[in-house]
Formats: sequence, C-alpha cells, structure tokens
Amino acid sequence: MAQPSQATGGMDSIPALLQRNATQYGDKPAYREKEYGIWQCWTWSEAEKEIEALALGLINLGVNEGDFIAVIGRNRPYFYWSMVAAQSVGAVPVPLYQDAAAEEMAYVMDHCGARFAIVQDQEQVDKLIEVQEGLHQLEHMIYVDPRGLRKYDHHKLHQFSHIQDQGRAAREEFLDDLKERRAKLNYDSICVMLYTSGTTGKPKGVVLSNRNIIEASRSSSDFDHLGAGEEVLAYLPMAWVGDFIFSIGQAYWCAFCVNCPESAETMQTDLREIGPTYYFAPPRVFETQLTNVMIRMEDASRMKKWLFDTFMAHARKVGPAILDGKAVSAWDRIKYKLGNLFVYGPLKDTLGLGRVRVGYTAGEAIGPEIFDFYRSLGINLKQLYGQTEASVFITLQPDGEVRSDTVGVPAPGVEIRIAENGEVFYRSPGTFEYYYKNPESTADTKDSEGWVATGDAGFFDKDNGHLRIIDRAKDVGKMADGRLFAPKYVENKLKFYPNILEAVVFGNEREACTAFINIDLTAVGNWAERNNIGYASYQELAGNPMVLDTIQGHVEEVNRSLADDPMLSHCQVNRFLILHKELDADDGEMTRTRKVRRRIVEEKFKDLITALYDGSNEIYTETEVTYEDGRKGSISATLTIRDAAVADVPDMKVAAE
Amino acid sequence: MNDMTPEGYTTADGRNIGGVVMEMKNITLRFGGVVAIKDISFDIRQGEIRAIIGPNGAGKSSMLNVISGFYNPQEGEVWYKGERRPPMKPYQVAQQGIARTFQNIALFEGMTVLDNVMTGRLREMKAGLFSQAIWKGRAEREEVENRAVVEKVIDFLEIQHIRKTPVGRLPYGLKKRVELARALAAEPSILLLDEPMAGMNVEEKEDMSRFILDVNDEFGTTIALIEHDMGVVMDLSDRVVVMDYGKKIGDGTPDEVRNNQDVIDAYLGVSND
Repeated sequence: MAQPSQATGGMDSIPALLQRNATQYGDKPAYREKEYGIWQCWTWSEAEKEIEALALGLINLGVNEGDFIAVIGRNRPYFYWSMVAAQSVGAVPVPLYQDAAAEEMAYVMDHCGARFAIVQDQEQVDKLIEVQEGLHQLEHMIYVDPRGLRKYDHHKLHQFSHIQDQGRAAREEFLDDLKERRAKLNYDSICVMLYTSGTTGKPKGVVLSNRNIIEASRSSSDFDHLGAGEEVLAYLPMAWVGDFIFSIGQAYWCAFCVNCPESAETMQTDLREIGPTYYFAPPRVFETQLTNVMIRMEDASRMKKWLFDTFMAHARKVGPAILDGKAVSAWDRIKYKLGNLFVYGPLKDTLGLGRVRVGYTAGEAIGPEIFDFYRSLGINLKQLYGQTEASVFITLQPDGEVRSDTVGVPAPGVEIRIAENGEVFYRSPGTFEYYYKNPESTADTKDSEGWVATGDAGFFDKDNGHLRIIDRAKDVGKMADGRLFAPKYVENKLKFYPNILEAVVFGNEREACTAFINIDLTAVGNWAERNNIGYASYQELAGNPMVLDTIQGHVEEVNRSLADDPMLSHCQVNRFLILHKELDADDGEMTRTRKVRRRIVEEKFKDLITALYDGSNEIYTETEVTYEDGRKGSISATLTIRDAAVADVPDMKVAAE
Repeated sequence: MNDMTPEGYTTADGRNIGGVVMEMKNITLRFGGVVAIKDISFDIRQGEIRAIIGPNGAGKSSMLNVISGFYNPQEGEVWYKGERRPPMKPYQVAQQGIARTFQNIALFEGMTVLDNVMTGRLREMKAGLFSQAIWKGRAEREEVENRAVVEKVIDFLEIQHIRKTPVGRLPYGLKKRVELARALAAEPSILLLDEPMAGMNVEEKEDMSRFILDVNDEFGTTIALIEHDMGVVMDLSDRVVVMDYGKKIGDGTPDEVRNNQDVIDAYLGVSND
C-alpha cells in the first residue's frame, strides 16, 4: 500500500478511504448480505454510490456537522453505510446495542443528544417512541425494514430507501456541500463514538478520532498481513469497538469484503458458506461451538467416535507444534496429514473455519483447553488484549508465538507500563480522545502524558516478554489471611467444562472460596435427554441432584488442579450452589458483551452468599427477573448448597523443586 | 363505531376495508340427519380480518370447509367476487386465490421447510415431467421464479434458520408457522386459518398474532380465521361471526359481539357487568 508523507498517504478519514477503494477496487466485492436465500453483493463502487445517496439524503433532512446520529440494528450493510454516510456529512455515528431495553437506550440517546436515529425495524422504532418524551433532541428516525410501520405517523419517521431516493434526486443541489464537508474531515475529526458497556456504573461515551481508528487499523493489518483478499463475517454487535475496527476500520483500510449473515440464527450456516479467512469471536462462541461438536460426537457411531478420539488425541499432541512451525517427526506429520483428511478438515469445514488464516479471540480469557482444541486442528487462533479506549489493540500474539496463558506482545505503536500495584497502563496512537461529557472520568483514566489505566492487573512473562493478565485489578483481592484472591482464574477453569456456562467465585476478605454456577442448558439438557431425565425449565434441571453431583465432580477436579498451583492453591472452591436462573444482561447481572458484573451479582444474591458461608444446606430465595420486553416478574426457588472436597496442597518444598 | 357502506369502511386503527368479496347466503350443511350448519349468512370484506368463533361442535370448521370448497352445502349460495360460485373441487378454489391452513398440521414431515413451502407454488409450475427431470428451460426458469416468491415468504415469517430442516424435527409452534408460509406462498387473496393458535404457548401466540396482522397489513390479504382463544380473536379481528349449534347467534365488531346477550349466554357463559 502506498505510504507517502503521512504513513497513511493522505487517507485521513473513513470517507477518504471509501473514495480510494471505489477508485482502486471498484469492481471488488465490498459487502455481501444473505437475503432471500441468496448472497447479495455490493462492490466498492456500488457501496460508494449507496453511501453517497444516503449522505445526500441526510443533508436534505437537515443533518448538520457535529450532530450525533444513533445507529441501531444488527449487522447489515445498510448500517455500515449509515455510519460512513454520517461521517461523510460531518456527523458522528453512535452505534447502540440493538438488544438494549428502552430505558438503557434512552440514557445513551439523551447523553449524546442524538438528533437522528437510523434503526432496523418496528421493534426499534417502538422502543424509541416509548422513550421519546424524554429525548428532546431526537428529531428524525430512519428505518430500514418498513414492515408493520405503514400506519405510523411519518412526519418524523422515514424509510431508509426513501431518504436515499431523496438524496439521489437532490444530488445536483447538495453534492458540492457534501464534497465540502468531506474535505474538512481530517485525522483529528471524530470518527465514531462508542459506549462502553462498563462492568460498573453508567455507560461512558468513548470518542475515537480518525487518527485512532485508522492508525490502529493500519498497524494491526500490517501485523497480520491482512490484504484486500480477506473475507470476514460481521456478526458481533455493531456497538462494540471490535466490530467497528474489523468491519469498518480494517475493512476500509485493506479494502476487504464484509459479509453479513441472514439472521442471528443462521450465523453458523452463513459462516460455513462464506468461509472467512479472518475471523474474530469472543471465547463464548468458541466454547459453544466446541460444546456442540462434543454433543454431536456423543451421538455419533462407534467407528466415527473412535476415529475422532484417536486423531484428536494426536492433534492435541502435535497440532499446535506443527502450526507454530516447530520440529515434528516425519511419522507424526504423516499421521497429522491423515487426520486432516479424515477428521480435522471436515470438522473445520463444518465449523466454517476451514479457510481461516488469522483468527482472534478476545474480550475475556479463553480456557486453555478450548484454545488448544482449535489450534490443534490447525486453525491459527490467537489472543489479543484490548479495550474500547485503545481502539481495540493493546497486545497481540505474533504468529508462531501463541500461548494460551499470555496475551502477546505490545501491538505496533503501543507502549506498555506496569504500575507498582500490577495495573497495566498503555499509550498508543489508538488511545481515545476523551469520554463525552465526562471530564472527570477522562482525567481518571488518561493522564496528561497519555497513559491510560486498563484496570487490569498483569505482568510481563520473564521467559518470552509476553504480557500476562491475571484479573481485573479491582477484582483481585486478598483472602482473610492476606493471600492473593484471583476469582477470574478459578472461574475460567470451571467454565472449561461444557456443563458449566458461567461461574462466579467469591472469597475476597474471606476464609475460603465459594462459587455460584450456571449450568449450560444445551450440554446438560442433552445429557438429560439421553438419560431420560425430564425437565421443564432451566430451574428444574439446575436443581436436579444428579446435575449437582456432576457439577460437584467438576468443582473437585478444578480444586485438584488448583492445588498444584503454588500461587493460587488456597483459592479452591469449598462450597458451591447452582443458581436458579441464568445470569442475564436484561437483569443487569452481565454486560451486553456478557461479562459478569460482580458487584451487582454480589448485591442481588446477598442471601445466597450468606448461606454459602454460614454452613446451611439449603436456602429459599426470591429473585426479580426482567423479561425481554422489559416487564418484570419474580422467580423463587429452594437451592441446595454442596460442599466440595478440597485437595491437599502439596508440600511447598515439593512445589519449589 | 364502524361506518359501514357497500364500498367499505375504515377501522379504528385506520385501515381501509373494501367492499364485500365473499358472501355466504343462507348456507345449510347436513351430514345425513345431522345439521352442521343451519341457514347461515354473512359476508367477508376485502382486506378485513374476519373471525368465526363458537363453542366446540358449533360448526366453525364445517363453515371454513364450505368457504374452502371442501364441503358443498345442500342449501344456500356462496358468492365470490360478485359471482355465484358453483360446486367446486378444492384445487379449483385454490386457483381462485383462496389458501388455507389446517387445524391438525398437514405438512410433509419428511421434507424440508423449503420444499414444503415450495408445494404452495405447485399451482404455478406448469413444466412437464420430462422438462422437470432434466431441469432445463422452462422448469429451471419456473423454479427460480417460484423460489423467489417462497424466499420472500420465508423472510417475512422469519424462518430462514430452518430453511433446510426437515419439518418432522421442528417444534409445534414452528410447524404452524411453516404451514402459514405454505399458504402464503400461494399468494392468496383470501387466507383461511383454522385455529392458527391452537396448542401454542403465550409467546408463540403473540408471534402468530403479529404475523397475521402483518400479512394483512403488508399484502392486504383478506383473512378469515377460526379461533378458540377469545383474547386473541377480540384483539385481532375487525368483525366476528359467532356460531352455536350450527346457527349464527351474533355478528359484528368485537365490542358489539362482546356485549351481545345471546353470545354471552351461549358462549362466554358469564356476564361481565
């Protein structure tokens, strides 16, 4: 790629990159979306025309420079165009989580004072109408899917395609204006504002400039040698910084194609059809896929199961080494090739990961066993560590140096510093500008020299210089006897078991550790079905004594493995219970990106924690739940509390040897 | 409430209902000595959602079967689009643009959802056996055209994720939706739904209601439905016919029907003063 004076060759905004791609890669696919059972395709030059029509339409509608435009919908080309069109007219796109409840949306819409909203369908329009009273700035809504909206009052409501038509009709009139606005964009202008879900408190609006996004996209694309030929599947929430970087930042920088699935439910099929070369997923997606594979193998014929088990064992032994280009004996290589023919190849194809050249997982720590499973198949899955405030990238794992317990080396251009208390600080061109309307938080997070506190505790591995994250700095605590308490570490060990979906470990300032467990309804449900155990709900299955036995087995296994770790042997789980409901973002127990909000869980289930520590065997509890449509109800249950055997800690002398 | 004229009326939520598209005139249907329907007359207007309700054995399904041409009444006349309809075979009725779903799901269990919905387009496929077998020319063209229509329906009813799933593996609520999809694939002008919500849970009922309203709104399809769930009927329909022991005991808007003393006595059973 040409890199004159500035490293980016004058390409200092997303709309500028769009112009370049439309000229240089005009006939190359830019967007695909499966609709009506067929992959519909837009080339870069077609995408540019669509975006221009929308941008002109927005000017026609009265969008001013500096306005905020909320974008609410699932991954569809229309919404990516909306964001770039908003940028083109000098406005700031603010993508929001489409599954957020109306009140959550109201807070964010009010905070940024969005004058316009581009939304998916009737559901989103209804949500905004519900909270419109409190949103004085909101003037116009544009929807993509007209279904069910015909009878609505259209004074302030417009169909996406009509806005585009109006834009096309007014091309002569507004084109100069558009060009002028586009020319004004530079490295310092705001590219996007993203709200962080935040494990505590209200969401904060992270303002990212073109510099942040383009620099981060450029250096990370170089790092992994991404080119115009990549295919990605855009299925992660558009409000999340990762999707913005992958589906807009890197996609526009490299001019690769963004594919949008038909619906959330068809994601797996669409993944297979597209066969992305560059893939990104949070650990949960990999966990779910692995669980599904294992469930299906349980039902497979004996021969197939034997084949699978034999070759997977071999893959686990030599697969990662082959992927890292290390020396492996010729016989092992031949056997691996054979395995690839019979098992790994077809399996990768089924998973839709057959063509993946670079795959990333981030957002949360991934269980080493899950990570190794994918790598042993020959999928170049790597970890990265990042956050919204850094335009994603803080550290990345280089090819050939991938380990499950570290998150890699600093990304190009990123400086990292470890504070005395272990907290990780970074400084980079991708570092966010400021939190919108929140100077105190900005000052708390980013100091005058540009160092940003991550809130995570970590250290550099002495052997290879890779960063290792232990836990959220504020979650790491001390047990009553002063020893280190790192809940996340234990939770990840528990979550490795397909039967366990989520775990929350307690023990800060306490004598011993205890845990809440959420069972995985798919895995445990499948087990129940095979064993003829009837159940009507999650709650009923969770209370089944046999399920409790299984989970107890898992907990005790984790305890045994913890006993071998001299740093954390005291974090063994003494008592646990299986929660009567799944932790849910609608109830505020998790963030929309599915991270547990520890404080809220502690607060909400206070009675259960007390019971875990007072030695009782049963506890009756009532919990308020929020349904998807925002209504509230309550569920009650009597939960059994189990004691788990704690393994003996080996003599420290032995451990030290 | 409704200002009814021969040309049509406007509903409370602002939809324009057209003139009479189908009319039952003094229909009497007997099975041997049993009188299933006794001298019933009512009309269905263009674009409206018309419900037929009544207790078990009131003759609702028989009435629907008369409309769909499956039964020929011994007495009375069916008028469709201003013409008297002679006794017809069901496929002839289908050709007139009337499609239906069944109370007990009648899908091909072993076939995929897509294939099942495609059968709704059979009427449009005229290519011969040979041409179908080599799948060239007309057969191919027809398949592509019809598949396009079917995909629109699949998109509309949000069943993309089960497109290739055999119907036999689907849960009940989804099967019902597939059946609706097959009926819609025929692009009917009148859609007959026989207990579309029987056996569904609350959430499935809500979904189905939404789809019925959307079909009516989006395609302007006239809908006649039989339903047990009073709440659903009252919320969905523009006008309701109430039957009891084969006789019509009420006809009007949901509010009118709800306050009709005969209906309260016969069907609802309790007075709601």
